Amino acid sequence: MTAPLVEMRGISIAFGGIKAVDDVSVDLMPGEVVALLGHNGAGKSTLIKVLSGAYRADAGEILVEGQRAEIATPRDAKRYGIETIYQTLALADNVDAAANIFLGRELVTRWGMLDDAAMESATRQVMARLNPHFRRFKEPVRALSGGQRQSVAIARAIHFNARILIMDEPTAALGPAETAQVGELVKQLKAQGIGIFLISHDIHDVFDLADRVSVMKNGRLVGTARTRDVTKDEVLGMIILGKCPEAAVRGPGAMAE
Amino acid sequence: MRHLEVDPRLVGMLGALAVIWVGFDLLSGGAFLTPRNLWNLSVQTASVAVMACGMVLVIVTRNIDLSVGAVLGFVGMVVGVVQARWLPEMLGLEHPATAFIAVAVGIALGGAIGLMQGSLIAYLGIPSFIVTLGGLLVWRGAAWWVTQGQTVAPMDGRFRMLGGGIEGAIGATASWVLAALACAAIVAVMVMLRRRRLAFGFPVRPAWAEGVLMGLGCLVVIGAVAVANLYPIPVGVARRMAEAQGIPWPPGGLFIPHGLAIPVIVALLVGVAMTVLATRTRFGRYVFAIGGNPEAAELSGVNTRRSLMMVFGLMGALAGLSACIATARLNAATNAAGTLDELYVIAAAVIGGTSLAGGMGTVAGAMLGALVMQSLQSGMVLLGVDTPLQNIVVGLVLVFAVWLDGAWRKRIR
Ligand SMILES: Nc1ncnc2c1ncn2[C@@H]1O[C@H](COP(=O)(O)OP(=O)(O)OP(=O)(O)O)[C@@H](O)[C@H]1O
Ligand SMILES: [Mg+2]
Repeated sequence: MTAPLVEMRGISIAFGGIKAVDDVSVDLMPGEVVALLGHNGAGKSTLIKVLSGAYRADAGEILVEGQRAEIATPRDAKRYGIETIYQTLALADNVDAAANIFLGRELVTRWGMLDDAAMESATRQVMARLNPHFRRFKEPVRALSGGQRQSVAIARAIHFNARILIMDEPTAALGPAETAQVGELVKQLKAQGIGIFLISHDIHDVFDLADRVSVMKNGRLVGTARTRDVTKDEVLGMIILGKCPEAAVRGPGAMAE
Repeated sequence: MRHLEVDPRLVGMLGALAVIWVGFDLLSGGAFLTPRNLWNLSVQTASVAVMACGMVLVIVTRNIDLSVGAVLGFVGMVVGVVQARWLPEMLGLEHPATAFIAVAVGIALGGAIGLMQGSLIAYLGIPSFIVTLGGLLVWRGAAWWVTQGQTVAPMDGRFRMLGGGIEGAIGATASWVLAALACAAIVAVMVMLRRRRLAFGFPVRPAWAEGVLMGLGCLVVIGAVAVANLYPIPVGVARRMAEAQGIPWPPGGLFIPHGLAIPVIVALLVGVAMTVLATRTRFGRYVFAIGGNPEAAELSGVNTRRSLMMVFGLMGALAGLSACIATARLNAATNAAGTLDELYVIAAAVIGGTSLAGGMGTVAGAMLGALVMQSLQSGMVLLGVDTPLQNIVVGLVLVFAVWLDGAWRKRIR
């Protein structure tokens, strides 16, 4: 059996005494979509921010392709091919879409100067895939709509040939057509062998796209299950009550039988 | 206007400057818009303009540097001591290398101070307001300690050229050569940028608009040089120069123009370099991204702490350069040099459209802001307004300008 693309083992992190994530283990295979579910404040975003280098875990370890990975900063994570679409989007409002997409990885000319024309051109291409109606390439991101901003954040994550993609509620602000487009995109990326952590509150989307679900409650892992082995109601039971069904692998946060 | 795609704020500033200049000229009975006054104005603006370029980046990152005036004072003292006491002992008086070493010391020392303050701000997380407020007191005190308050003078002859004056102007021919080079550069850069956009099939300005902009740019350059070349050096000095070169003194006298002043050229070069840095390099992009959303910049993989430290290092280095200009102009190093300069520099940046909320500002705007401030001050001196009233006016103008800018910005939303 091949090693998982990513494995997070026993991750814990606390903010001033509150255990936001407590001994959580999740893993992801190549070409697999794993959905992270849980109520608001369950610790999903915090968990994936450990993987993307935004936070350092108090305990636990991260393995990438079976090797222990040291991820202390977002730069480290990107070096492992981990790209993230943050729930807060993390865009610099005062610069345009291209500047955001290439932030930290700008294209430069022979003389080391920013190659804005090349970056704009690449931006037009990637945005055409996500949001064909997008026209406002020259304006600061501040002037864009919520959905357009989200498209920019998605474009930034997919443009750099990620191996591992983290999507924290990527379609929260998108219209139905754009949401469908992101669904298509997820399937395409999956077919290319990219592993995706998908955080979503839309259980239908999750069953449509994800191979497995991992459910968190109050910072702890309730359990992990294949989507084809469980029903939507069972997953809702995991989210709301912390009740782990037969077909799922129990986590430390599961309700006692 | 729409086709020109120029920054309306820049146009507004130029308009304001024109109003100030014409206003003072009318009030002073034609004494303001003379080659002599404009030339002096340009020299007086240089030191603050150089620092304003750095302050733009500092403010864009949502920080402030209150220490630049004191750093100027301290570095000026050290530079003075180095060239008036140390180097003459080591190299002999008026050694050709003295001026270069002195300037290098000034820039390096200023940069080191800036980096040190920047590292406290970036890595220890102490607010820049506090670090540089402390720096203001520390470096002003240190400026006194260098010589126990004694003034150091005179400066090295070549070094003095950095301050302007008769020896510090490059003359008519060299000025025209510079003007030609500048015009060629304007045209070349605009053509290159246009070609690049066309190569990618992006929309561009209509050709006529591009031509108008090029023409305007060249016109400004040529106009500035023409004015500088209309200001002759004093008769006595001209006669001595003529005698020294063995040229007979004609009965009508000789018209030897000043040409552009060296500090002005230095300030303009700094302005161009800083504009390139701010708008065309990765570093500049990071500075603006940090100002727009520091967390996003960090999550995007930008080394925000290092960038922030470098911004302050750059600010310090520019303050060091300004210290050289100010010391050279005064032909003396005094520990009070640069007092209140931090406020003028911040005011110049803010009048020039730099937003204190961060993420927004241009180097060109800040330099224009410095020119506006200096124009106000020189104009009032020309009208015989006394210093306290000058300060009152400058203070009111600062508040008014920021209000106007904010009101205007809301309207275009
Ligand atoms: N930087 C922080 N400082 C302090 N507490 C935090 C911080 N970030 C998150 N928390 C806390 O950690 C817990 C988990 O938050 P997290 O954002 O991971 O939840 P989530 O599962 O992503 O919720 P949502 O579905 O609303 O996005 C919450 O109780 C939150 O208040
Ligand atoms: Mg969240």
